[in-house]
Amino acid sequence: MSDHKTMTLTLIVWRQKGPNDPGKFETYTAKGITEHHSFLEMLDVVNEDLIHSGKEPIVFDHDCREGICGMCSQVINGMPHGGQDRTTVCQLHMRKFKDGDTIYIEPWRARAFPIVKDLIVDRSALDTVVQAGAYVSCHTGGVPDGNAVLIPKPAADEAMDAAECVGCGACVAGCPNGAAMLFTGAKVSQYALLPQGKPEAAARVKNLVDAMAKCGFGNCTNHYECQVACPKGINVKFIARMNREFIKAQFA
Amino acid sequence: MILDGKCPTGPIEQTWDKHRFDLKLVNPANKRKYNIIMVGTGLAGGAAAATLGELGYNVQAFCYQDSPRRAHSIAAQGGINAAKAYPNDGDSIYRLFYDTIKGGDFRAREADVWRLAQVSNNIIDQCVAQGVPFARDYAGYLDNRSFGGAQVSRTFFARGQTGQQLLLGAYSALSRQIKAGTVKMYSRREMLDLVVVDGVAKGITVRNLVTGELESYAADAVCLATGGYVNVFYLSTNAMGCSVTANWKAHKKGAFFANPCYTQIHPTCIPQAGDYQSKLTLMSESLRNDGRCWVPKKKEDLGKHPNEIPEEDRDYYLERKYPSFGNLAPRDIASRAAKEQCDDGRGVGPGGRGVYLDFATAIKRVGEDTIRERYGNLFEMYEKITDENGYKRPMRMYPAPHYAMGGLWVDYNLMSNIPGLFVLGEANFSVHGANRLGASALMQGLADGYFVIPYTIGGYLATVKPAGTATDNPEFKKSVEDVKAYRDKLLSVGGKKTVSEFMRELGGLMWENCGMARSKASLETNLKKIPALREEFWKNVKVTGSGADLNQDLENAGRTADFLEFGELLCRDALHREESCGGHFRVEHQTDDGEAMRNDADFCYVGAWESKGEGKEPELHKEPLKFDNVHLAVRSYK
Repeated sequence: MSDHKTMTLTLIVWRQKGPNDPGKFETYTAKGITEHHSFLEMLDVVNEDLIHSGKEPIVFDHDCREGICGMCSQVINGMPHGGQDRTTVCQLHMRKFKDGDTIYIEPWRARAFPIVKDLIVDRSALDTVVQAGAYVSCHTGGVPDGNAVLIPKPAADEAMDAAECVGCGACVAGCPNGAAMLFTGAKVSQYALLPQGKPEAAARVKNLVDAMAKCGFGNCTNHYECQVACPKGINVKFIARMNREFIKAQFA
Repeated sequence: MILDGKCPTGPIEQTWDKHRFDLKLVNPANKRKYNIIMVGTGLAGGAAAATLGELGYNVQAFCYQDSPRRAHSIAAQGGINAAKAYPNDGDSIYRLFYDTIKGGDFRAREADVWRLAQVSNNIIDQCVAQGVPFARDYAGYLDNRSFGGAQVSRTFFARGQTGQQLLLGAYSALSRQIKAGTVKMYSRREMLDLVVVDGVAKGITVRNLVTGELESYAADAVCLATGGYVNVFYLSTNAMGCSVTANWKAHKKGAFFANPCYTQIHPTCIPQAGDYQSKLTLMSESLRNDGRCWVPKKKEDLGKHPNEIPEEDRDYYLERKYPSFGNLAPRDIASRAAKEQCDDGRGVGPGGRGVYLDFATAIKRVGEDTIRERYGNLFEMYEKITDENGYKRPMRMYPAPHYAMGGLWVDYNLMSNIPGLFVLGEANFSVHGANRLGASALMQGLADGYFVIPYTIGGYLATVKPAGTATDNPEFKKSVEDVKAYRDKLLSVGGKKTVSEFMRELGGLMWENCGMARSKASLETNLKKIPALREEFWKNVKVTGSGADLNQDLENAGRTADFLEFGELLCRDALHREESCGGHFRVEHQTDDGEAMRNDADFCYVGAWESKGEGKEPELHKEPLKFDNVHLAVRSYK
């Protein structure tokens, strides 16, 4: 079906057998790649070659391949998700590369995200942060009508801006401190902006910040690399809002 | 066997309320003595695990992803229906019920659909309370949009990411229960067997996808909320990990598979660009609120830039064929219409498999900025994938497999024919009949999870002794040994073809011969070719690595092996159903102008298949469908 010109690329990929094994870079060649291949489809081609030659394919996390599940997680040429504005790895296409390019592919690297194998890391620390209180403690049933509590459109829209986070962890991977401030700030802000989240706001922000520290995430020193890495364009203003909420909570 | 759905009788408006009262209860102190297994943590599974945990049951939840927040429910774009009637446009619970029965081409149970429509309003309230940021108007009220198959605006939405926001709501409720200790979460686990003890579902065997270890879990009830199976077509809008595996393993342990031939092909997806492609991307049905579908009238215009084709040489085929619903015709109808134009040699783009979705008229009417505000993220996604600007030239679209209406057979309580095995969400067959309307999948997943299973499972548990079976029962050991032997068999074939080569081949057969149009001849071809392909698979597949490690090649091999068995059942069901209804279109059964022709005299039933073991033909059981409220009629959107 494709009558496009093809590219040949050199891939330098991080391979690591398990969490306690030393990892190293291996070099592979990707052949017959067109501009319409997605980055992960390019890796599929390389993996098919590896399987044919009896070698173990490169393992990487991926699922929806349409930029919403947050599963894919690769640092490409030093940039989480490859550096294209507001794009996950799975939505990055090979037209952004040229024939003959050398591409470095690594896993997320952060203290809170131990490597599981090759390009797969363990991001359960993000779940732990959410479990610390990123919710409204309402039971199923017994809630008022959806229109009983009005929400001003600007508040609903801003809460939605924060809620777009896909939980991929690129912000952590991009941060020199391995901080999860953007992820956590977005969660804190979403609920702080909505009337439904207000009663628990003070306890929530304290518990989430505490959980972040316990999980081994670093602190924010205003590099803003997280915002650049974020495939959903979550704004660092949500970190500022979290800081404000945190200070407010000390007096609550 | 004639199956009994155990639907309550009497006036439809009272069925669910009366049934809820009739169900036995488990008292609060006893709930904590019961264990429940939940496989899958999407909208149905996540909502159910959270709610059952809140009620006091001990829940063990499982998902194959690294976190419950990633289930494929997250990818739903457009919205969720509810009969709130906020816009004052004549909607009601009865109308949502009516539209869903009609949209499903009269192949769903009335009582189940009524219940869905009734609880739809509770879902919106629940999600708002959780902090789901639905779209609102300037006065702060909830906003609505229109969707296919309905003439009222009843769809609630959160930009183009409604599924994501609803799933994150369920995930937040689940996270709260995990913290509280009522739910124990097991991620990166794949269910590979159902454990049945003396005819009753008592547990599962899973593979730990990180360590490769096979693990046993026992419970008083097992719930499957494991999604749909349209990855049997290889290229679909489903996530890469979506499979039939959990359902298929349960089927092989005795659970009936209902209506597998009802598959939904979504009309607006980005067309395939090459043979290397791994999946197809959907563009929300909401685009058809403003986009107009057309193809060139003349074949000689096919090579031209679309903007150079004059208005009079364009065929706006949906507006021509269905003037009253126009571009908002239901999915099955819109998909078939697109295929018809391409089969006629007037399809656009590579391979002639595409139609235009044109926004020029809407942009002229309301301006590009308004269109950007409404669908900006979709235009952006289209451009990332195709490198084409949808504002400047019409988008190219082609139908793609999207959703499974069929699934494991369940009764009104969502219990399968195996006592103790419950099936929720897309994994069951219950409410969409032969075609699902847009914005109804999210509604069903959350209805089952928040508002149905929490009641109906109590009715079952009240009849069984808690913690009656533990993993030291010999059935668990046997199950682990079977799974281990099967895994070792996959690893030891040592052939020459990769797993994805087989999966692509199967997908090709399914799409060509059992896709949007099916015939006796094409289905019979598949019933020969699929078993042959399966035989080749077990002689010639090459699976690398070991079982005692994270091994994605092995995971895919297992899922493909199951699809190779399931694909045959799907074709068998399609062959037996000598009628066209909803997503199931048999070319032998159509009207003169190419519309689907149902056969209510012979096929007004749910077809549920029982596995008879390897190498034996499955047996068909029927559950007759009765329509006391919505009268059987020819579905028309003209």
